[in-house]
Amino acid sequence: MIATLSHNAQWVLLSTLILGMAAGIVGSFAYWKRQSLMSDALSHAALPGVIVGFVLAGTKSLPIMIAGAAVSALLGALLIEWIRSSTRIKEDAAMGIVLSVFFGLGIMLLTFVNRSAGGSQSGLDSFIFGQAASMVSSDVRLMTATAAVVLLVAALGYKEWKLFLFDPAYAAGLGLSGRLMNGIYLALLVLVIVVGIQAVGVILMAALLIIPAVSARYWTHSFKWTVALSAVFGGGAGAAGTLLSAMGNGWPTGPFIVLVASATFVVSLFCGASKGLLVLYLGQWSHRRRLSRQPAAGQIAAREGAGQ
Amino acid sequence: MAAVLQVTDVNASYRKNAALERVAFEVRPGTLTAIVGPNGAGKSTLLKVLLDQHPRLSGDVSFFGESFRKVKARIGYVPQRGSVDWDFPTDALDVVTMGLYGKIGWLRRPGRTHRELAMRALAEMGMADYAGRQISQLSGGQQQRVFLARALAQDAELYMLDEPLAGVDAVTERVIMDTLQRLKGEGKTVMVVHHDLQTVEDYFDRVLLLNRTVIAHGTTADAFTRENIYRAYGGVLRWLEEKSG
Repeated sequence: MIATLSHNAQWVLLSTLILGMAAGIVGSFAYWKRQSLMSDALSHAALPGVIVGFVLAGTKSLPIMIAGAAVSALLGALLIEWIRSSTRIKEDAAMGIVLSVFFGLGIMLLTFVNRSAGGSQSGLDSFIFGQAASMVSSDVRLMTATAAVVLLVAALGYKEWKLFLFDPAYAAGLGLSGRLMNGIYLALLVLVIVVGIQAVGVILMAALLIIPAVSARYWTHSFKWTVALSAVFGGGAGAAGTLLSAMGNGWPTGPFIVLVASATFVVSLFCGASKGLLVLYLGQWSHRRRLSRQPAAGQIAAREGAGQ
Repeated sequence: MAAVLQVTDVNASYRKNAALERVAFEVRPGTLTAIVGPNGAGKSTLLKVLLDQHPRLSGDVSFFGESFRKVKARIGYVPQRGSVDWDFPTDALDVVTMGLYGKIGWLRRPGRTHRELAMRALAEMGMADYAGRQISQLSGGQQQRVFLARALAQDAELYMLDEPLAGVDAVTERVIMDTLQRLKGEGKTVMVVHHDLQTVEDYFDRVLLLNRTVIAHGTTADAFTRENIYRAYGGVLRWLEEKSG
């Protein structure tokens, strides 16, 4: 099937595979930092930046639009942090506020741009639901480079990520700066989001970050394998979703990627080797069987009494 | 001998409320000190301020005559058990190995000797059989012992523990107190945030009574007097005593 794809489509497939892997890794960091919603807030927050970038460039220039997305996503992150630390509003509420305000602003700007001359042909709509097929080879190179950075940072600092995510207070005591780790984490998250939104879209980008990480935890008890599996699931969902969406003309990529990721989640939930429901059920069943084979204490006493 | 810890005139607050006021004390090497005080007295805040995890408004803190930054590696901190998510995918040995990360060096991998050191620390806490156990499957007491083993692996000179005996079983309490006594015997210094007034005299040779400021500090015999406890706990204790007596 892959061989029948055009040259460009093969590149697109490769890039969504790599993007999915990077998203799986960063997503598992976000998940174990208990900040899954953060990825959702930041990908929505990227939208106004994309549009402003388009307006400033005057044409659909991906580097400028990505830079705009990065600026507005980081702005969103700073705003969440500011709301959390200087008001009594909790972090989840702060994320909800930033998510909806930025997304609303983005949609408003998008409407204006689409109504203006030439705007409707801009293909800006594809940033909402994702259109992997619209990517060109320079986009693919950018995505590959980004994913390589993420893989490198995750692999080099594997031990540090584990310590920081599990026990940040103790990590600080050992001299691992929480501020530095937090900064790197946010940078990676924003990086993956901004290069991913063209293929997956701002609405569903979070799913590619969250679902692989959640699925992975049903299979293993080790942090290393959690991250690795999350990368495999993310990459698989990215590639399979792209293949599926390529079967129809103009089908958006994001929803297909998310559906494949969700299917992986359902399989993990039931069949996962360490926490899957089936394993838990089988464990309980064999335990119950062992109990029913052993005679209860009362029966033993009665039998002994009868023998005398 | 120089003080292990010297605290001068430390003030700290949570939002608008003063949490610590003019806190000053000195800790000598080879001592085992209980930090005692009512809820909200600032015991955990004190530890956090000392360890640079919470800002201080004024005052000075020095460890071994140096700032905390310079001597981090010589201080073993044991946070409250509830401060982390025990569902995190890792096993007991892995958590204890974290105590060696400073020694291993950043961006390097732990080797066999590190794993052996971690294993020895686990064994000291009677947890050798649980090395490969997923941390979420450990009991509260076992989790606390893993935390202490992590600090032991660090081989520090000063240990600071935040409520290590809260909600643990009798065996764990015994193991932890034996370990702390042994550390003291080896000339190390131990400070423990403690909540159980009944056991202060049995377990500790020194006590720091805290209620936002230092109420009393000294040997248990001198400082842990009825009068000082009343001053630290205010009317609460008197009410309890009248009720029971």
